[in-house]
Amino acid sequence: MKRTNELIVGLAVLAVIAVITWGIFAVGDNMPRGVTPYSQDVYQLHNTILAIVTVIGVLVFTAMFTSIVVHRKSKGYQAARFSHSTKAEIIWTAIPVLILVVMAVPATRVLIDMEDTGGAELNIKITGYQWLWKYDYLEDEISFFSAMDRASNQARQIGSGINPRDVDNYLLEVDNRLVVPVNTRIRFLLTADDVIHSWWVPDLGWKRDAIPGMVNEAWTYILEEGVYRGQCAELCGKDHGFMPIVVEAVSREEYDAWVANQRQDMADVAHDAARLWTRDELMDRGANVYQAQCAACHQSDGSGLEPAFPALARNGIPTGDLNSHLDVVMHGREGTAMTGFGSRLEPQDIAAALTYTRNAWSEDEGEVVQPATIAELNQG
Amino acid sequence: MSHETTAHNNDSHDDHHAHHPTGLARWVFSTNHKEIGTMYLVFSLIMFLVGGAMALVIRAELFAPGLQLVNPEFFNQMTTMHALVMIFGAVMPAFVGLANWMVPLMIGAPDMALPRMNNWSFWILPFAFTLLLMTLFMPSGGPASGWTLYPPLSLQGGNSLAFVILAIHLMGISSIMGAINIIATILNMRAPGMTLLRMPLFVWTWLITAFLLIAVMPVLAGAVTMLLTDRFFGTSFFNAAGGGDPVLYQHIFWFFGHPEVYILILPAFGIVSEIIPTFSRKRLFGYTSMVYATASIAFLSFIVWAHHMFTVGMPLGAMLFFMYATMVIAVPTGVKIFNWIATMWRGSMTFETPMLFALGFVVLFTIGGLSGLMLAIVPANFQYHDTYFVVAHFHYVLVTGAVFAIMAAVYYWLPKWTGHMYNEKLGKIHFWWSTIWVNVLFFPQHYLGLAGMPRRIPDYAVQFTEFNMISSIGGFMYGFGQLLFVYIIWQCVRGGEKATAQVWEGARGLEWTVPSPAPLHTFDTPPVVDDSVAVHKDELT
Repeated sequence: MKRTNELIVGLAVLAVIAVITWGIFAVGDNMPRGVTPYSQDVYQLHNTILAIVTVIGVLVFTAMFTSIVVHRKSKGYQAARFSHSTKAEIIWTAIPVLILVVMAVPATRVLIDMEDTGGAELNIKITGYQWLWKYDYLEDEISFFSAMDRASNQARQIGSGINPRDVDNYLLEVDNRLVVPVNTRIRFLLTADDVIHSWWVPDLGWKRDAIPGMVNEAWTYILEEGVYRGQCAELCGKDHGFMPIVVEAVSREEYDAWVANQRQDMADVAHDAARLWTRDELMDRGANVYQAQCAACHQSDGSGLEPAFPALARNGIPTGDLNSHLDVVMHGREGTAMTGFGSRLEPQDIAAALTYTRNAWSEDEGEVVQPATIAELNQG
Repeated sequence: MSHETTAHNNDSHDDHHAHHPTGLARWVFSTNHKEIGTMYLVFSLIMFLVGGAMALVIRAELFAPGLQLVNPEFFNQMTTMHALVMIFGAVMPAFVGLANWMVPLMIGAPDMALPRMNNWSFWILPFAFTLLLMTLFMPSGGPASGWTLYPPLSLQGGNSLAFVILAIHLMGISSIMGAINIIATILNMRAPGMTLLRMPLFVWTWLITAFLLIAVMPVLAGAVTMLLTDRFFGTSFFNAAGGGDPVLYQHIFWFFGHPEVYILILPAFGIVSEIIPTFSRKRLFGYTSMVYATASIAFLSFIVWAHHMFTVGMPLGAMLFFMYATMVIAVPTGVKIFNWIATMWRGSMTFETPMLFALGFVVLFTIGGLSGLMLAIVPANFQYHDTYFVVAHFHYVLVTGAVFAIMAAVYYWLPKWTGHMYNEKLGKIHFWWSTIWVNVLFFPQHYLGLAGMPRRIPDYAVQFTEFNMISSIGGFMYGFGQLLFVYIIWQCVRGGEKATAQVWEGARGLEWTVPSPAPLHTFDTPPVVDDSVAVHKDELT
């Protein structure tokens, strides 16, 4: 029995040491070093503190397990009677205070640096929506939404039959990436449209909440070209796990070319919204918009997920009159997860989605909504 | 006063009070601290299994990437309910149950000071949790915005929010009444000679916890009531469009939430401070500094709340203040851990199941405390926050902290409650099984968080697969292992080797002077306490 006890204690000591060693040396999945001066400071800070707490842990557990092995009744050890020592208590109060000061000094330095958001060469406003991001480049006047790509979105449905391992960057790819230049001091202004989100790319070294009605600030300075991925970090509802962030850091020249390209695209879109569309064009575009924006809640066949997400079509027939349908799509419905799409989609997307939902599941021909109607509503 | 005479006194008093109802009425109308304590403990065990089942749904879904079992809405309801049930249904009632049973026995009081209120504070709980759990079966589903209920997200839910808020109000009323009762008992009903600085540390930690409860439960009640009026009566406390502030809720919530964290751990400190001296056959080292450390931790808990929300955007000065204040907590907490080790040092230790759980607590709680210190460092917190690193941290302090301490307490006092020894061999198997698998369950989550996996997501990128699988296996093994705990308790209630009044060779304190099982009524004549019976007496090296 004595021998088993010792074996058990020995195993426990080994297990603790193994876990700690594993933590320090064997893990490739430590915090990323990142690609900004700040993220590298944080990485250093993390490693320093991890080392300090590991040493503390090892010392404390060594003392404890020494006592467990040596001071046991089964070895005939007689209990001492002391229960107090002022000297020891002063020592183990004072030493932790000193260690804390050693940790607080670099932490304070790095934090002060992070909070200084001045001197920005480029300002980007980030707005969180359920469940996608909007990026506004304030100087370059570019604006677009960024949602999870369709391959991930299809694979992540229950019973999709698609193995996530077969999807490139499963859950971490978007339709429109946030393209930024390297070696540029970029300031981000973060806010949200509906609920609280949190914008986090580990390689940049921080996350910051995007809060409706408030504007938060953060900054970055990316040193290396590359693609950096992250996710929303604050629970924001059903699809919180499905609103990735992809930052593509490129050279200044590539960035300028990208900006010119984007502006051309935006001009084309505005031109497109003004013309008259055919029913087929609207139905084609509407099918895509519906799948990307509406199907997650209202389902591909419009049957919804009652009661939280109502059916749009009962027995294949779309319900409700067109004006109230339009109003809900444009402005959302208070107190539910249905947000207004008036500000987040192009007029042609809204027109197409409305046309699609009023025609796709019914034998009869339903109403057609023109992009120009929506554009007018947006202005009025 | 010797043990024998006390035991004799109590036996003779037993007869006068034998006229109490039997059957169901005995429990419904009971005003006896031991019966109410038992009901609290049984209720807590049931909730522990319910909350555990929810955790297994979460871990089953996270076993592999892709959604296999539940849709994201239900997943969010599971994470929310798991937390609410475990915090308010399992851990808090377990501590109140232990206090009910043990505080009167430890201070030499015949019962709690307010026995009828005691009955009421327990019987509120089953109704509160019926209200809470029934939301899962409502058309709009249960709450799905996390146990913190942050607006605006929590305001998007259906009408079930009203039920959740009412349930939280009931739990709050129950906790506040329980706390008032404990304070009244400890301050008024101590036996002659049981001065404050002779009280066992479990009594001290509960006295301080009770003040925390009274201070912060009303704050939570205020916060959720504002949610209620925002959702149903058109106010805009937290709605920016109406002039409100969503972050205000977080400040109010965490002003409750951080002291709440210590409500969940201070009684655990007390339990461990009882068990380690007993099985080390040596008095608790640094008793007075333990009391002061507990009080300091309680004070500090009121001025660190914003460390839960560093990423909401605060002034630099505020962040520095909350970082430094949080780091300072490490000092009194360290004092406690060093004192426990100094208690063991040069003791004459044996390793029965309660001691094993207490030692497991010291090691694993320390790991949770050290990761807590890492989280206090604001620049690094910007990376750790809302990731699995945080999930790992608070499960180390809550599962291997609070829950391990509760299990230690159950094994320690079970012979006193039932009159039988539990099955020591099964108890040890339960400890080793739990300790191994709980680490397999939670340790890999540190790595997941550092590698970039956010918390509260139902599906994840494929690079997180391996650690999630390991964690899920640990979760299922740990979870099903707890059925052994239920069996051991059942077996011990039914029969077993007769326990002596003393039960443990090295145990000190008034609870060991009454027979095992403790008769329904004890200390009708108060015992007289002097240094020879007191649990704590300073002796210098």
